[in-house]
Amino acid sequence: MSDLLERLRHYIGVLPATFMIVVFMLAPLTIIFVYSFLTPGDYGGVKFEFSTEAYTQLLFQKNLFDEVEFDTSYLTIAFRSIWVATVAVLGSLALGFPAAYYIAQQPESRRNTLLLLITIPFWTNLLIRTYCWILVLRDTGLINNLLIGLGLTDEPITMLYTEGAIALGLVYTYVPFMVLPIYAALERLDKRLIEASRDLYANRWTTLRHVTLPLASPGIVAGAILVFIPALGAFIAPDLLGGGKKLMLGSLVQLQFSAARDWPFGSALTMVIMSVVLICLLLFAVNQRRNEGGFQH
Amino acid sequence: MIRSSDRDIRWLPGFNWITLCFFLFLYLPLIILVIFSFNATRSATVWEGFSLQWYAKAFSNDDIQSAAKNSLIIAAVSTLFSTVFATMAAIALGRNREIKHKTAFGGLLLLPLMIPEIVTAVATLTFFTAINLSWGIGNIIIAHTVFCIPFAYLPIQARLRGLDASLETAARDLYSDRKTTLRLITLPLLAPGIFSGAMLAFIISLDDFIITMMVAEAGSTTLPIYIYGLVRTGVTPEVNAVSTVLLGISVIAVLMSQWFAKKQ
Repeated sequence: MSDLLERLRHYIGVLPATFMIVVFMLAPLTIIFVYSFLTPGDYGGVKFEFSTEAYTQLLFQKNLFDEVEFDTSYLTIAFRSIWVATVAVLGSLALGFPAAYYIAQQPESRRNTLLLLITIPFWTNLLIRTYCWILVLRDTGLINNLLIGLGLTDEPITMLYTEGAIALGLVYTYVPFMVLPIYAALERLDKRLIEASRDLYANRWTTLRHVTLPLASPGIVAGAILVFIPALGAFIAPDLLGGGKKLMLGSLVQLQFSAARDWPFGSALTMVIMSVVLICLLLFAVNQRRNEGGFQH
Repeated sequence: MIRSSDRDIRWLPGFNWITLCFFLFLYLPLIILVIFSFNATRSATVWEGFSLQWYAKAFSNDDIQSAAKNSLIIAAVSTLFSTVFATMAAIALGRNREIKHKTAFGGLLLLPLMIPEIVTAVATLTFFTAINLSWGIGNIIIAHTVFCIPFAYLPIQARLRGLDASLETAARDLYSDRKTTLRLITLPLLAPGIFSGAMLAFIISLDDFIITMMVAEAGSTTLPIYIYGLVRTGVTPEVNAVSTVLLGISVIAVLMSQWFAKKQ
């Protein structure tokens, strides 16, 4: 007994933090899992009757005659989320790769300054950063004022409340997650490999394609996953830049727990998001392991 | 004309311009927000002269004052708890050889970073409702403390890794007991990491919107929640003014965090 106490004594340090996360994060996630198999209560909450309704609701709806039929409305939202998140990943890559590549070439002090400049916006308020884009994109916003002022267009172009605006907002929010891992991969890259490639008469672009990109790919994969996960569950960008009309998974979940008061369905949606996240994290782990075991110099 | 042989062998045409665009993309929207918070009229897109009236309006607004007070209390208390817990965990995991499954503990501490915020938000709401916990801003403080732990933990852990353990061994050799070594050697050396982590925890809590929105009960409005309400009803210069203040606090806190993290 005293032996057990003695051993537990060592764990006192990790206990408070572990307790907080287990009780207020793991336990709630378990409850969400349980709730996804229950029946919705009348005013939010749940009734303790087993039901798989929440999951069938994802794909099937009862019509007027109480017949179950295939319904794609939620599937559309899921695909829209995946689509918008994918566009956000590609956008971040297109903008983030050249930036990471350029920064990795700079002298050390300048590199550190540029990296700091990338991380600063990340630490500022997400809501405010997204709100800034309303000022830029709306009909009387900066871009439209500029275009009309230059006489390029008479009517304002609708940019706000589109899927493009959501994707733009997500790129803006999460592009640092793309740049930093790519930078980390490129910074470790041995310059001599590029010299060797150029010596062998490969031009700059061939070298980029056949030498740099393959060596940077673990960073690119890591960045893609780090952007994809939060973009998929995003709530603020779809809400503010999509006007709450182009629903995405994140906003749909939020809706179930507030106005719609269907907690089991909200829980089922949360489980769907969590399974996608788990798959992504698994891919991430595999990617990391392969990277560690792979090419070293 | 620069001959291509003078350039870095890794140079690629156009990449410097894309990088410039990248930084403009990151900062222009924020700069626009700040500029128009000083505009003389209600317009948020046409510049009509310098004025501080929106700041005066925002600061004298009772709702904003009480939201700011709530935000500061929540951020201060959550920072205190999460930093203390993170420091204890970092020291235990970094220095105590008797602890098994360190990777599992380390992974658990970073769990809040890996789950999309909306999931954390609804899970916490569900849990508080299930156990009937209704402590007003206490609920928000609990949720923020959990979410802030990894942000406080990472800089502290990084600092501890960079510390030479032989200093602590030397103290122990000179008959200092565990507690004295911790108080006189480990903690003072770790202090910059602790401050760095605390700064990050503070801004994460101060800026959090999604978790707070789901968990907050009526009467516990924070600044981001208040701003969200205003943004939903339309663009006003007051929003720009309040947002600029919040933005300024975040930037100062990050820079301080960086400064502590780099301190020798």
